[in-house]
Amino acid sequence: MTLITVENLSVRYGANTILHNVEMTVEAGEIVTIVGPNGSGKTSLLRAIIGATKPSAGRVMLKPGLKIGYVPQKLHIDPTLPISVERFMRLTDPVSREQCVDALEAAGVPDLLKRQMSQLSGGQFQRVLLARALINRPDVLLLDEATQGLDQPGSAAFYHQIEEVRRETGCAILMISHELHVVMSASDRVICLNGHVCCEGSPAVVASAPEYRALFGTGTGGALALYRHDHDHDHDQCEHSQEAAE
Amino acid sequence: MLDDFMTRATLAGIGVACAAAPLGCFVVWRRMAYFGDATAHAAILGVALSLTFQVSIFAGALAVALAMALTVSLLTGRGYAMDTLLGVLAHSALAFGLVAVSFLSGVRIDLMAYLFGDILAVSRWDLVVIWGGAALVVGLIAWRWSQLLTATLNEELAYASGLNPKREQLILTLALAVTVAVAIKVVGVLLIAAMLIIPAAASRSLARSPESMALIAAAIGAFSTVAGLRSAYVVDTPAGPSIVCVAAVLFACFSLIGWHTRRGA
Repeated sequence: MTLITVENLSVRYGANTILHNVEMTVEAGEIVTIVGPNGSGKTSLLRAIIGATKPSAGRVMLKPGLKIGYVPQKLHIDPTLPISVERFMRLTDPVSREQCVDALEAAGVPDLLKRQMSQLSGGQFQRVLLARALINRPDVLLLDEATQGLDQPGSAAFYHQIEEVRRETGCAILMISHELHVVMSASDRVICLNGHVCCEGSPAVVASAPEYRALFGTGTGGALALYRHDHDHDHDQCEHSQEAAE
Repeated sequence: MLDDFMTRATLAGIGVACAAAPLGCFVVWRRMAYFGDATAHAAILGVALSLTFQVSIFAGALAVALAMALTVSLLTGRGYAMDTLLGVLAHSALAFGLVAVSFLSGVRIDLMAYLFGDILAVSRWDLVVIWGGAALVVGLIAWRWSQLLTATLNEELAYASGLNPKREQLILTLALAVTVAVAIKVVGVLLIAAMLIIPAAASRSLARSPESMALIAAAIGAFSTVAGLRSAYVVDTPAGPSIVCVAAVLFACFSLIGWHTRRGA
């Protein structure tokens, strides 16, 4: 069953075209990862899906009644705002304390309920965000570089938790990631984005696609290739502009 | 009981403190301090216009404060940084207001009363307006409390929960304009931002939840009003600034205590 359908989506900020003619879908229960260089429109695509950015053309269709759990890239809580983990988790959804405890457990941080958000470490914070996203049993989980700021063991553990969550709840996962080595092993499908969909498919197919190599280089994992990327590759009728990449 | 000007002044100050406390918390959390300042400064233009067209000061100040806040919200992100925009608009409005007031030859007005407030001259009708406005602000914020908090924490999180953060921002803007309009009489346009920010900031080190921070801020605001008015009466100092002074001293004390306990912990 298709949960999210993105049709012919274009997003513009002023004169800059961030996304054009993006087509993609997310099916129930699958893990889809969006990869792409900085400024390739990954976050804009996610924002368009949750309705935070209005498309300039095309549309985003969600399955009626679709429940979305969203884990933002980073969440800055102003130090002047005192809020406990429990209060934070119960902010938007009418949920019980037991549900909070369960969600925290599912996210791998069972004992944080009474702590202040400002006292959490980076890893704990991201897991609380994950727990909050899980609390209303979403059909699909959206993660926008949710491991930013975590060290490598931390982010590996985080992605492990994501797979665990999928196995237990069966929810679909659409995530943005920079960590290609993790992505390639954990995803069912990879979408390579650079203003448009460069290529997509299973991790193995994408990794060998010429478009992907043009973006990330041929090195295994491509971790360093990210920083060597320049906009010198060509596609049929697509124009890459440096402005769009800003 | 309301025959006594000190009683009316105290009630007026507490009314403003109640509205300013929850709103002030959001101003602090969202780092909108300068926004509150700008809206308040613009209100002096509203005062001038009301005197020119002989409408109530409250209505004029409310209209201009609202127009100002909406203009800033609309123009944000279109070329100028927020603080530049606020600096231009707020001080232009203040300057135009001061110039406009000078043209009002037939009317003798005490400009100081609008810049620093004239809480001791609060009438019964003023009290009705202040408490009505305060009730509106508190009601508005209480009604949208969770949504406002979510939008304050993270815009995307709010969208993903089916909220529109822009609408929540608009609600705060509206509440700010109403607060400014009712607070002119009490602390004047130059010190309204102080009533918003200082009690909220002072309550931070004592609070463990957003709600308790708003309640403690209200208590600090109310205490500052009572103590400020008392000292103004005894030492014969200007009432509005005295209230702000008490709040500032409380802020310093609580911050020191908070700093000390954190360091000790």
